[in-house]
Amino acid sequence: MEFLRPADWTEALAAKAAHPSAVPIAGGTDVMVEINFGLRRPDALIDLNRIVELREWEVGADTVRLGAAVPYSRIIDELPTELPGLALAAHTVGSPQIRNRGGVGGNLGAASPAGDSHPPLLAAGAEVEVASVRGTRRIPVEEFYTGVKRNALAPDELIRCVHIKRADGPQQFSKVGTRNAMVIAVCAFGLALHPATRTVGTGLGSVAPTPVRAGAAERFLEQALDEAGLWDSGGVVPPAVAGKFADLVVAAANPIDDVRGTAGYRRHALAVLARRTLDWVWDEYRGKEWGRACA
Amino acid sequence: MDILRTPTDLAQRGHGGVGESASRPDGVLKVTGEFAYASDLWARDMLWGHTLRSPHAHAEIVSVDTTEALSVPGVHAVLTHADLPAATHYGLEIPDQPVLAGDVVRYHGEPVALVAADHPETARRAAARIRVEYAELPLVTDESTATAPGAPVLHPNRSDHYADRVPHPNVVHHQPVRRGDLAAAKARAEVVVTGEYELGMQDQAPLGPESGLAVPAEDGGVDLYVATQWLHVDREQLAPVLGLPRELVRLTLSGVGGAFGAREDLSMQAHACLLALRTGRPVKMVYSRDESFVGHVHRHPARLRYEHGATRDGRLVYVRGRIVLDGGAYASSSPAVVGNAASLGLGPYVCDTVDIEALALYTNNPPCGAMRGFGAVQACFAYESQMDRLAAELGMDPVSLRQLNAMSQGATMPTGQPVDAPAPVAELLRLVRDRPLPPPRQWETAVGTGTGFDLRALPGGLSNTTRGEGVVRGVGYAVGIKNVGFSEGYDDYSTARVRLEVVNGEPVVLVHTAMAEVGQGGVTVQAQIARTELGVAKVVLHPADTRVGSAGSTSASRQTYMTGGAVRNTCLLVREEVLRLGRERLGDTHPGWRGDGLWLRDGAVVTAGGEVLADLAQVLGDDVIDLEREFRHRPTEPLDPENGQGFGHVQYSFCAHRAVVEVDAELGLVKVVELAAAQDVGRAMNPQAVVGQIHGGSVQGLGLAVMEEIVVADGARVRNPSFTDYLIPTILDTPTMPVDVLELADEHAPYGLRGIGEAPTLSSTPAVVAAIRAATGLALRRVPVRPEHLTGT
Ligand SMILES: Cc1cc2nc3c(=O)[nH]c(=O)nc-3n(C[C@H](O)[C@H](O)[C@H](O)COP(=O)(O)OP(=O)(O)OC[C@H]3O[C@@H](n4cnc5c(N)ncnc54)[C@H](O)[C@@H]3O)c2cc1C
Repeated sequence: MEFLRPADWTEALAAKAAHPSAVPIAGGTDVMVEINFGLRRPDALIDLNRIVELREWEVGADTVRLGAAVPYSRIIDELPTELPGLALAAHTVGSPQIRNRGGVGGNLGAASPAGDSHPPLLAAGAEVEVASVRGTRRIPVEEFYTGVKRNALAPDELIRCVHIKRADGPQQFSKVGTRNAMVIAVCAFGLALHPATRTVGTGLGSVAPTPVRAGAAERFLEQALDEAGLWDSGGVVPPAVAGKFADLVVAAANPIDDVRGTAGYRRHALAVLARRTLDWVWDEYRGKEWGRACA
Repeated sequence: MDILRTPTDLAQRGHGGVGESASRPDGVLKVTGEFAYASDLWARDMLWGHTLRSPHAHAEIVSVDTTEALSVPGVHAVLTHADLPAATHYGLEIPDQPVLAGDVVRYHGEPVALVAADHPETARRAAARIRVEYAELPLVTDESTATAPGAPVLHPNRSDHYADRVPHPNVVHHQPVRRGDLAAAKARAEVVVTGEYELGMQDQAPLGPESGLAVPAEDGGVDLYVATQWLHVDREQLAPVLGLPRELVRLTLSGVGGAFGAREDLSMQAHACLLALRTGRPVKMVYSRDESFVGHVHRHPARLRYEHGATRDGRLVYVRGRIVLDGGAYASSSPAVVGNAASLGLGPYVCDTVDIEALALYTNNPPCGAMRGFGAVQACFAYESQMDRLAAELGMDPVSLRQLNAMSQGATMPTGQPVDAPAPVAELLRLVRDRPLPPPRQWETAVGTGTGFDLRALPGGLSNTTRGEGVVRGVGYAVGIKNVGFSEGYDDYSTARVRLEVVNGEPVVLVHTAMAEVGQGGVTVQAQIARTELGVAKVVLHPADTRVGSAGSTSASRQTYMTGGAVRNTCLLVREEVLRLGRERLGDTHPGWRGDGLWLRDGAVVTAGGEVLADLAQVLGDDVIDLEREFRHRPTEPLDPENGQGFGHVQYSFCAHRAVVEVDAELGLVKVVELAAAQDVGRAMNPQAVVGQIHGGSVQGLGLAVMEEIVVADGARVRNPSFTDYLIPTILDTPTMPVDVLELADEHAPYGLRGIGEAPTLSSTPAVVAAIRAATGLALRRVPVRPEHLTGT
């Protein structure tokens, strides 16, 4: 097995162009497991750990530019205000050791439907910046997942960073697993309120072949909040609205039975998470008066 | 031959006699990562062995072609059934398991061929090039498919000693235990509750995978360095397979990363030795994690049906039970598991009329054998669930009902065996019940994440699923009974060699046994015993190997009793020899030498009153005292095949639990908040180690209650052979575990001690499930309890 160690981004792109079958390795928390289990025996690895910029982040006016290899532990410590949903999700990933190594670039590279970064990225709104010797492009995150553990990367491309919308309102992330830590999601749900645009974002994990948004649920909730004037009044979301929202979230799911849980349970639990997280974000919105017009 | 990372002497100069919390001699090495586990073994010129395993659970092997594999550069040998030099089958009790499958494979993952190559990756790739043609056969997966008319008989022509008394050839062993007049008792019963229960397949999940290094010797024999639970029984099985006399098969224990029963059966032992003898090179084998999950036996999954009859005031009148254990493809220790389940199937209660039968099946599921609790775990989940149902039916408090029926010293077991040592069952229940309950809604009070609540104290933990919504609390109790030592007439013994000499003026004791230290702390206790009995600070523990007599198995909660007993026994003989020499050499120097009750303390012979007579250096000079002796527990008897009567067990061990759980009833997630235990240990030889065992056993039982299960599906295949999907409790799943330790001496045992390792694993599971039932009102007849069971989805 060849082990390529590019010193910078240009070298990395050149290496990937020269060896399209080479597997990039960042934290290695997915790659090494696959190698250990014999699921994957690449003839070459491209080690991204010497590339400093992949471990850097930058907060802009509206977005955070998150380097592909910023580990989860730093997202939790350094970006909890800008990326609260992602920080919550990062907190649920594996164990401290895994959170110190793994990052969002690897989660996107693996593109597992159970990856915990995906729901908050979908809910917040994000673009994946990918590059090759041919040039750079930005892929909206919802278009990035193309199938079970498949993504939109071309063989010569690498993920450079993710541009994630800065939180302009409360965000939540909840995940169900059958143990209280270090567990792969049986289902997961991310929810973001965007008071500035009076929109809502959702992200569903482990309930379909790819991470998905629940578009109909988002539109329903936006409309219901609008019609009842709740964005302005800060009034309570009626249970019927929360219930319908949860139903529509579930309708966006297409879960299967597997060793981690049944499809029926996943639907049930997803509805519970949708209701609870809506409660939490709305409580926070009302409490913190996030950009409320007539406060 | 250079061999690196093999075991060395563990020396400790220190303190800590019997009853003190002496620290482990291997403790610092383990926490600093320096301890050499069997997977760290290395020898110059060694090859790596790899096992090709069956992808099918039941299939005929039509053909095997190894040509392509043999042509891979770096491959030194490929072995199949046809290459086996001598005995082709082995087994702990019944040699029914092929070393490599011959005409047929009987479970998913069964070894079919072996490769030795100069690199593990080469061995793996070559194994993938062995062409095996299979013709799949119909599966036997449970009692109905095993005993249906025309069911495939998995082991035709059985000749084992259970064969002619089993109801069906797919039943490994069947043991009834009958006592009293059932018809009369049924007529007297005023209340009857029946229930059916099921336990999934738990895995021992030791962190260290199966591994070892076989080194061919110049004398034609082989030296095997291996992580196992019983060196000598490995050797008994290996010698016939290798076609070698026993003396040429030498084993040394390597660092063992946990066992819990998983290392009682052979795994890679025979394979590595065969490859080493074939190639003339050292061969190392280390299972990967997924291989480990199919490469060792599991806990028997079980289906149980119980019927409890009682009077209105809560006295048990009769108990009927039927316990069906799935033994999987090979016998392993199924017969003994059956014996335990049947004889302990009533639980720690008094009842004159009992009709319990236990049986183990042959199926095409993964083989099941020893795991902590061994048959008693399955029964305990069912009988304790029944006691709760009975209490509910009677409108009684579940603890009071148990105390009313609790056995005590002088009681009679359903086997007719008198309980002739303390059995403080009611007291253990009282201890856990009388503890204050942990405060409610701890997530609100604990210092946490800065959000006003501590997620870690909530069901779902860090996954952030609730802030208290849907959360209900429940409290549950259970108590269990476990036997200690090998039962049913087995000649169970251990051997200890003790050597005393004076080196540079300092007396040194060497303790040499074949006891497998698998983490239980036996090495600590051996040193404590030697210090106490010989009054010497410096104790050196020789690596465990087959140059000394058998220590028996590190299982059945028996090593402190048995090898501890053997070390004590030999130490006392060494002491007698010291005193004899002292009287002979120095008897004239002091009248004290003629007195009774001389003993050894601080490197000197002292009188009963504590007066120093002489240093050991004066007594021994350059002489060395070196003795090796066997130690036996009192004999037991086989159980009668018809009614299970007999003096079957050596000793009993009791533990009670109270579980407090918080359940998110809407999501079906569970947080065990507190798991209090009370156990009678006879004598706490090392109080810290005792509590450690009780904690560990309790958590393993908790795991079975709420998460641990090998999923066997899709053609009897193991579906979750990894720690990604075989979940064991993390520290966030581990509750506060207050422990009460009673020390009521058993006069039959050395120091009055009781084996303690298994009892806490029994009652933990039903206590947790009882608490979940109390929180949710659900019946919950199966473990592990899944979110689906709690949410009806
Ligand atoms: C014990 C354990 C627990 C875990 N728990 C969780 C969990 O709770 N939730 C969860 O979501 N995941 C979990 N994981 C999986 C893993 O930690 C995450 O997916 C993590 O985000 C991967 O990041 P990494 O940097 O380690 O990726 P790597 O393993 O280095 O790479 C993962 C994939 O991404 C590709 N890749 C990496 N960087 C790039 C890049 N810049 N451009 C293109 N491709 C790239 C790699 O080629 C590979 O295919 C766990 C893993 C382990 C071992």
